Amino acid sequence: VSPDSRGRMLLSALVALILTVLPLPRWLDVLRPAFLVLTVLYWSVNSPRTGGIALGFFAGLVLDVFQGPVLGEHALALAIVTYIGVREHQRIRSKPAFQQALFVGAALAVYEFVLFAIDGWTGHPVTSPLRWVHIVTGALIWPPAAAILAYGAGRRV
Amino acid sequence: VAAFGTAAGRPLQGRGGSPGFRFTFFAVLAVIAMYLDQRQHYLEQVRYVLQAAAYPIQLAVSSPPAAWRWLKESFQTREALQAENARLRSQQRDLEVRTMRYEALARENGELRGLQAALPPVADRWLAAEVVTVQLNSLRHRLLLNRGASNGVFRGQAVLDESGLIGQTTHVGPWSAEVILITDPEHAVPVRIERTGLRTIAVGAGDTSALALPYLPANADVKEGDVLVTSGLGGVFPQGYPVARVTEVHRDAVQPLAQVRAVPLAHLDTDQEVMLVWFKQDHPAAPASAAASADGGVGELKHGDAAMQPQAVTRAAPTPAPAPGPRP
Repeated sequence: VSPDSRGRMLLSALVALILTVLPLPRWLDVLRPAFLVLTVLYWSVNSPRTGGIALGFFAGLVLDVFQGPVLGEHALALAIVTYIGVREHQRIRSKPAFQQALFVGAALAVYEFVLFAIDGWTGHPVTSPLRWVHIVTGALIWPPAAAILAYGAGRRV
Repeated sequence: VAAFGTAAGRPLQGRGGSPGFRFTFFAVLAVIAMYLDQRQHYLEQVRYVLQAAAYPIQLAVSSPPAAWRWLKESFQTREALQAENARLRSQQRDLEVRTMRYEALARENGELRGLQAALPPVADRWLAAEVVTVQLNSLRHRLLLNRGASNGVFRGQAVLDESGLIGQTTHVGPWSAEVILITDPEHAVPVRIERTGLRTIAVGAGDTSALALPYLPANADVKEGDVLVTSGLGGVFPQGYPVARVTEVHRDAVQPLAQVRAVPLAHLDTDQEVMLVWFKQDHPAAPASAAASADGGVGELKHGDAAMQPQAVTRAAPTPAPAPGPRP
């Protein structure tokens, strides 16, 4: 694990965080993919030793500070997503972009469902169907996002 | 980078244990954090530190819109500024005339209640705060203000603008505070219909232009155009501040409750500057706090509704008070 790759990882996470909290008009906000989740998932699939569950947990904690009703909500959801990513990383990496996007959609659905469940348990239920929209946009944006991250990591695609 | 190439082939058991172990560790950590934050509020200190760390990012993210506003303001024409100046001057005159009447009315009200002097205003002091970022989607209506604990801001403080109630602070950092708007689906304000005095609760509808009043019976006396003011119950907002105007009353013969919607009076989605307010704790119109209602059986009534407060009734002395002085 080189300090260089770790620096790139944190930089990409910071950029993704800024994209996540950037104020947007309402209709665009509904469509906004969960950039930080995609970035963390990319690293847990492509660099499971450097990234992985610890990165997911701390990124989730940061999200909790910005937009969570309770501390630990996004942290748990992202820990689950990164765990799936790390476990299945070899299987996912060998797949073409389209199938990867399907997997990412499934992971985002798990992520959103965990948030949905915790929102309900902690007494902040949000039942609007709009909260699920970002799963689709996230899956759609995965191939270009992964290509950009791979380019940033200095990898041949 | 070599690290990626080599990491792929090797098994993952290395530093920090297997993925399963690590996952269990972090998941348990997250669940403990949620439990402590939700049930015990032990993590306020942790949140305070984290909020301080997050503030630079939030400032950076809000800087492009702020720069754009600044640019627009600095290129405003002379005519536009003059027109605004004239408008503000006439508005100020208007307000001054109105406050003159207010003093007289407050004194008269005090005399009618048999108090020796007019009550001082319930608001102790104000602090203007700028809105740093706005989170407005159907799920969350939050603002981030550029004032925090270092300015004396506390959790659960009322936030107003010049035309009505905006919300209350939920998390306070050292230099910033998060505000939940009254239209957030998780927020509810105890209100009173100004015309009739009927008390109810206004719940956020997830839309910056709507509040719902879900607990009014179908035969309640409410109609379009009624103004809702805070009732003073609930311990956060003092009594009598304007909240919303009723826009829609729908009565269905088979429903026991009326469906009532109201539009907030404050400019929730356009405000750049809001006011944080400190209230006098011993004022009869002050919000009924938990401590105040604990010390006496009629605490809620006493502090919640000045019209029914026992103090004013018992002090209704038959002799008119000759000399104005401080309240005993």
